[in-house]
Amino acid sequence: MTTAAAPVAGSDASAEKPKRGKSSVDNDGWKVAIWFLLPSLIGFLVFYLIPTIRAIRLSFQKVSILNPAAATSVGWENYTDIMEDADFWNSAWVTLQYVVINIGIQTVLALGLAVLMSRLTESLIVRATILLPWILPNILVGLLFLFIFDPTVGIVAQVFKFFGFDPIAFLASTTWVIPALALINVWKFTGYTALLFFAGLQTIPKMLYEAGSIDGATEWQMFRSITIPLLRPILALVMVVSLIGSFQVFDVVAAAGGGVQGSPGDPLGKSRVLYLYIYENAFLFQNKFGYAAALATILMIFLTVITLLQLRLLRADQSDLA
Amino acid sequence: MSTAAGVGNVGSATGRRIAWAVLAVVMLFSILPVFWALRTSLSTNSGIILEPSNPLPVEATFFNYERVLGDPPIEEVQAAGGTGGEFSVLLAVRNSMIVATGITIGQVFFCAMAAYAFARLRFKGRELVFTLFLSALVVPPIFTMIPNFLFMRDLQLSLGFTSLDLSWLPGSDKAGWINTFPGLMAPFFLMTPFAIFFLRQFFLGISREVEEAAIIDGAGHMRRFFRIILPMSVPALVTLAIITYVNSWNEFLWPFVAGRDESVRVVTVALNDFKAQTPGTTRPDWTGLMTATFVAAVPILLLFGVLGRRVVDAIQFSGIK
Repeated sequence: MTTAAAPVAGSDASAEKPKRGKSSVDNDGWKVAIWFLLPSLIGFLVFYLIPTIRAIRLSFQKVSILNPAAATSVGWENYTDIMEDADFWNSAWVTLQYVVINIGIQTVLALGLAVLMSRLTESLIVRATILLPWILPNILVGLLFLFIFDPTVGIVAQVFKFFGFDPIAFLASTTWVIPALALINVWKFTGYTALLFFAGLQTIPKMLYEAGSIDGATEWQMFRSITIPLLRPILALVMVVSLIGSFQVFDVVAAAGGGVQGSPGDPLGKSRVLYLYIYENAFLFQNKFGYAAALATILMIFLTVITLLQLRLLRADQSDLA
Repeated sequence: MSTAAGVGNVGSATGRRIAWAVLAVVMLFSILPVFWALRTSLSTNSGIILEPSNPLPVEATFFNYERVLGDPPIEEVQAAGGTGGEFSVLLAVRNSMIVATGITIGQVFFCAMAAYAFARLRFKGRELVFTLFLSALVVPPIFTMIPNFLFMRDLQLSLGFTSLDLSWLPGSDKAGWINTFPGLMAPFFLMTPFAIFFLRQFFLGISREVEEAAIIDGAGHMRRFFRIILPMSVPALVTLAIITYVNSWNEFLWPFVAGRDESVRVVTVALNDFKAQTPGTTRPDWTGLMTATFVAAVPILLLFGVLGRRVVDAIQFSGIK
């Protein structure tokens, strides 16, 4: 057995050897690899790389969606127009408000929930139940809450009446539409985020808490000096992902916040988030396809910068822990 | 006391009881909106105005399901507060199933192939290509959607020698691939950065020793991929398939732009259109809308009921990664 295996292993090793060598064998690698990579390479080129280049080119053009062949180059005009576009700044401001409320509340609630669960139970039923909102389509969630927030038949209005307040038409109110939309997504994503944190908490050694309680530390002290520092990498990562997702809110606004048909961005443009504004420019307004591409380019650059900044923060955190 | 249960400790029994109460409230809140849709779907439009806070169906009826799923006489529908313009939820559910199933099969298989290349093959520029693929993660979907729409619309798929006959597809008389199932699937069919990353991580974790025997037998990469790596990765493939299926089912932006025709319209788009055609001001058809919403949720709820453990595990796995 051994004698039979040894020469085979030896020949295998000698066959491996030249692979580490020069380019001729690397090309051999491509000969095999291309068959495995072909579908995804096509997918990447056709649906990511080329569209990215095309979108950037479109952003320097004046284009009608009906006749993109008749595009005219306008240089930086779309970008300079955006800087002076009050509707753009409004949508940026509205989106920022949405993100701050959404991420702020969601992160705190999810963290609390995760700590609670890690102390109480590992029950699958509990975890599956709090994950339920996440698995439902955004559109569906938007419609559920459109009904729940309805000022006449919605349940929230009944609670208000019960406590002697006048019902508020949250989703039709210029003041409340953004907080209401943000809360809808808090409902949708808190359980999901809590599960991510929960997974992170599981990796913290239990003995740290035991040692803490022997030393007489309170729950809050342990939370601050054990949980938060050790959870920080996951905390940061989850926040990057949530933040980027939150800036791209669209579905819920389409379903519950005035929508994309009829009069978009109701009420009075107070729910016209960036995605909605880009969509309008691309598909509803005349000759604004290039303008929409420019808006999307700005959004992409902005999100890339946020990601890179956060990733740098992440790296700092990891070295902290090591 | 609580260490026996394998979980952390909570100081006092009272504290523990309060914590459980909070958790119960959170769980209740997670279910409530879906329950509320179910309750409303079993009520009448006049009933929900009479008793808006009754947690049970008011004037309990199955008629909403009849009019959303079937095609009862228009007079009865209008009497129930409907417009008669109810869409066929079943058709939309069917369309969603076609699109989500197609995307899932393509994406999981093709991304597994790519992941194998990144995990097991040596070739020049491997890390570069992988990094390039991953960088697509930061591209917002709306950014590529604008040119993708133009591309799909102008696409007359010709393979050089013959034009592919797509006339059997519903809505194929429309421009290019817009309003066709292939058009709805295409941007997600061949690859997503996440799927490749996810599977590569898993493949890297498979011990090479298992493959040694096959290599000694002279197995090529194709056989190693199909006979060893894929069978050993079934749990990861299933997990990815679930995530992909749910994401495809929930996708709104792309089908909203590229698949508005009723013959290919998926559930999310159909629901949004149903809402938009309900006159929002005077008397919205709430029971019809909530019935359609609940019916649209049923496939996902069933999937979740059957595969809940896997979904939960997948989420937590992605949290640690």
